[in-house]
This record gives sequence, C-alpha cells and structure tokens, in this order.
Amino acid sequence: MKVNRFWSWAALTFGLLYFFLPLIGTFEFSLRMQRGVYSFEAYRVVLADPAFRATFAYSVLLAVLTIIIGVVIVVPTAYWVRLKLPRLRPIVEFITLLPLVIPAIVIVFGYIRLYNTSSILPLTGTATGTNFLLLMGYSVLALPYMYRAVDTGLRAIDVATLTEAAESLGASWFTIMWRVILPNVSVAILSGAFLTFAIVIGEFTLAALLNRPAFGPYLQLIGANRAYEPAALAVIAFAITWACMGLIALVTRLQKFTQVPR
Amino acid sequence: MAFLDVSNLQKSFGPTRVVRGVSLAIEQGEFVTLLGPSGCGKTTILRMVAGFETPTSGTIRIDGRDVVNLRPSQRNIGMVFQAYALFPNMTVAENVAFGLRIAGAAKSEIDGRVTEMLALIGLPDLGARYPFQMSGGQQQRVALARALAARPKLLLLDEPLSALDHKIRVSLRTEIRAIQRALGITTIFVTHDQEEALSMSDRIVVMNAGVAEQIGAPFEVYNRPATRFVAAFVGTLNMLDARVIDSATGLVEIDGQPILLGRTLTASSGATVSLNLRPEAIQLGARDGHYTVLRGRVEDVSFFGSVVRIRTALAGHVVALDMFNTASAPPPRLGETIDISFASADVLLTAD
Repeated sequence: MKVNRFWSWAALTFGLLYFFLPLIGTFEFSLRMQRGVYSFEAYRVVLADPAFRATFAYSVLLAVLTIIIGVVIVVPTAYWVRLKLPRLRPIVEFITLLPLVIPAIVIVFGYIRLYNTSSILPLTGTATGTNFLLLMGYSVLALPYMYRAVDTGLRAIDVATLTEAAESLGASWFTIMWRVILPNVSVAILSGAFLTFAIVIGEFTLAALLNRPAFGPYLQLIGANRAYEPAALAVIAFAITWACMGLIALVTRLQKFTQVPR
Repeated sequence: MAFLDVSNLQKSFGPTRVVRGVSLAIEQGEFVTLLGPSGCGKTTILRMVAGFETPTSGTIRIDGRDVVNLRPSQRNIGMVFQAYALFPNMTVAENVAFGLRIAGAAKSEIDGRVTEMLALIGLPDLGARYPFQMSGGQQQRVALARALAARPKLLLLDEPLSALDHKIRVSLRTEIRAIQRALGITTIFVTHDQEEALSMSDRIVVMNAGVAEQIGAPFEVYNRPATRFVAAFVGTLNMLDARVIDSATGLVEIDGQPILLGRTLTASSGATVSLNLRPEAIQLGARDGHYTVLRGRVEDVSFFGSVVRIRTALAGHVVALDMFNTASAPPPRLGETIDISFASADVLLTAD
C-alpha cells in the first residue's frame, strides 16, 4: 500500500511539473522585457498593438458567428436524428467526424479551387465573400465538437417522451425546441461553444491561406519576429482558455435543475 | 354516438399487424382500461388516440369529431407517461402551467389553476421544486396535474404506475380514480397489471394479439370470461381435462367421477373439454350436496397473510386453491392427502 501511494504521488508530481514548468518558464520570460526588473511591459506592448486588437476582435466575431451557425444546424439535426431517424445515426456521426480526418489544408484548397474568381460562385473575389468562406470553413472544423457535445447532452434526457409530452400539451415544434429541448441541453451546447471558440481563436491554416486578418496568422507573425511578446501572447491565450473552462464549470454549477452531484 | 368512438382500428408496422380491427365506444366520464400482455397492441391503440401513431385504417372520433388527421397538439388530450416525462428544466408549477401557457391563458388564470391542481394532487406546497427533487410517486402526481391543467377532453394514462413501488402504486390507484371521478373526465388507462385493471376500471378491454377479446365490467370479465385467454390472463385459472359423457345435459367425468354441469356442451360425447376453475371457487375438504369432491396430495403451500394458496396434485393436474387465513386452522402440510370440492356452477366453460 505504502509503495503504491508513493508511486501515485510521484506520477502526479511528474505530471504537474511536466505541465506547469513550461508555463511558468514562459510566464517568467514574458515578464523580463525590461532589463533587470520584472514588469508587464510585454503585455502592455501586445495589448497596445492595434493589430492585436483588430485580429483578436476579428477572430472573436468569427467564433461567435461559427457558434451560432453550429447551434442552428447541429441542435435540430441531432434532435431530429435521435427522435425520428435513429437508423441514420451512424451515417450522420461519420459525416460529422470527417473534418477530423480531412486536414484543414485540404479543405481550404478545395474551397479555393471551387470558389475562385473564375468559378460560378467567385466568393474569393471580395473580402465579404472570403470572410463568408472562412466562416463556413470554421463551421465545418467545429462540427465534430459541437455535434458530439449536443448529442451527449440529448442522450441524458428522454427526448422522445419529453417531445410527446409537450406535443400532447399543445406545443408546436418551435416551442418544443425552444422551451423544452434547448434548455435541457444548454450546458452541452455551451461546452460545444467553448470548444468552438478555442478552435477558431487559434486556427491558422484556413485564415492564412484565405489571407484573412485573423488572430492565428497574427500569432505566427509575432512569434517569428519578436522575443518577449509571443510569450505574453501565449500566457494570454492560456488565460482565455482557462476562463472558458471556468465558465463551463460555473454555468453547470449555477444551473438549478441538474441532478449532477456538486 | 359515444364520446370516444374507435371503429375498426387497424395498425401495421411493416408486415406485422399490431392492431387488428378494434372497435370501442367509450361514454363521457367513463374509466376504461386496456389490459393485456406486452405486445398485444394496447399501447399502440392509446398512441393512435393520442396522435403519436397514424392508424393504417379505421376511424377515431372524439366528441363526434374525426381526429385521425389532427396532430397530437390539436386533439385536446392530456397524457401521462410511464416515465413521468416532466420537463426537467421547469419547476413543478411551471410544468403544470405549461399547457395553459401554450394555450395563451392569462397569468392570473394560470396561477389560479396551478394552485388548484397542486391542491388536487395533494402537493400544494411543492410548486417551487424541480422534478429531480421529488420522489417517483410525487413526480407522477405532478404529471397527472400537468395533463389535467388545461382541461382536456380525454385523459390517456400509459402504464403510469409501472415504475413505482408496490405501496405507492396501490395508493396512487385510489387517488387517480378519485380525481378522475371528481373531474368526470373520460379516461383510457393502459396496463398489463390485472389487479390495477380490476380495481380501477368501469370497463376493461382485454387485448390479445391485436384483438379485443372481451370488453366488459371487471366483475363480468373476471366471472364470465369470454375466451380461454381472458380467463387465464385475468386472475389465476385451474384447467382440468374432463371427458364428455353426454353433451346435451353437460355430463362429464374426471378421474372416474361424474360431474353434472347442467349446461349444453359444444363438444361431442367422448371428447375432452377443459373445466376452468378459479382458486377461490375450490374449497378444502369434502362437502355434501351439489359439490364434486376430488382427492389429491399437497405439493406446495404459500402463505400470503390474509390468503393461503394450496397447490394440490390430482388426476395428472396441479390445482391451486385459495382459502382465507384462520388463526385456529393451520393449513395442511406438504405431502398430506386432502379432499377438495367445488360446485359445478362455478366451473367456467370458455371458447378457445
């Protein structure tokens, strides 16, 4: 028993060190922009950079739009498949998993070939068209995460009986979706949304090849040309991700009707 | 025309015919139970009345109106499910108010009705609770209140007690029936539990393989079963093979003992007929008069408290008989030889 416990602690300590040491190192390094003293100078420089604000705002906007598209497409689809087309589930799951198998670079080259300026639908001809294309690309990349999350959420409730109960009480499809299904999978949607957010904020390939001013290409540019700022950006990015995870936990905890042990 | 009129209802799922030409006429305020084993089509009938399944053919009329082409939300029915199906994201009060809010009722009316319904189900103070904070029995009562709140024309109960403990099941039976009587609402109840069916219903529809084998009051179904299936499914039944001696006078014999049934038999002389007897129609010990007495060996004695069931082996059969518990008379011991007797008037003869 004693030996076992020792090795458990040893493994845990090793894991924590492995995870935190680089982070601590990066953080420490990001504070040393001014010679001889620790300061948040690198953070000040990064946050004051108009390109940071512009690219970050651009990516946040795209992330929000991607989440909305994801929810609008995935929630009714997953619900309908569970309710009426259970036999199609393997096929739908396979389709939603495709983006994990097909690299982003293949998707974006396909887009550029299909929607270039000499095609029937020349989306890459305008900034708006390319933004739209990027948004669609992000929606595809986020599909597996959103679908998995929502489907797991739906599994936890008795979709068929709740739907029938609401129907027998006179509810329309829209009411059932809005008042019964959505509130019961809200936590699942939220975790899908935060995953989507994290993917979109850090995405590089699509944005770079479609030449859009997103946060990913900006990170790469800074990383290649500066010393202290990339470290500060990495710490900021971590902080955002952790804030997202914290929010998921908080919302789950605040939800009054879940039976999940707290 | 009856309040709910189901006529020649048929339903097939692919090649399987689940409901085969069932007709039912249910009067306003009646409590009718669809009783049968699983897969007999009883739930499918209920779901067709609710609108969750479309009949392959046949008509369903509620209050004179053909509802087959109406969606469930347009039929003005209340339904209670086996799995409660309360909306987990809403409080008890919000659940009960759901139908009224959909119907666009005023807030004051909704509040009044919710208070009234919660009082009716005996949970006046639990409106602010969430479903997960309640027991199964409480949840099912809330589901009943929710189904009744919008004053539906018809109440459909789909095995509402099956998921509950025995004690709660028995007390909820009485409660559901009392609420149904107080509101005078026409109700269809689906169950596979014969005790529930017998104790709650005005009439029972005994279903088997998609067909309504018998429709009648509980007393009638139990005491005058129309078919062998009904006799065997509702209650316990002993079946004794007897040889017909004279079919005109109903004279048969078991084990060399003549029994005069006093009824004309359809089987011809020399054929074998089955004499069906309820356990409570058989008495322990020999009796004089118009009783048939058979001798057997005790195989098993089950003590249920108020009732003792004795299983006796005789003439190639095992016969179960029920007697009331009497403190002064202990039941016979295993292996003991006993006489049992029954009156020929208590023999049930059924069509197959």
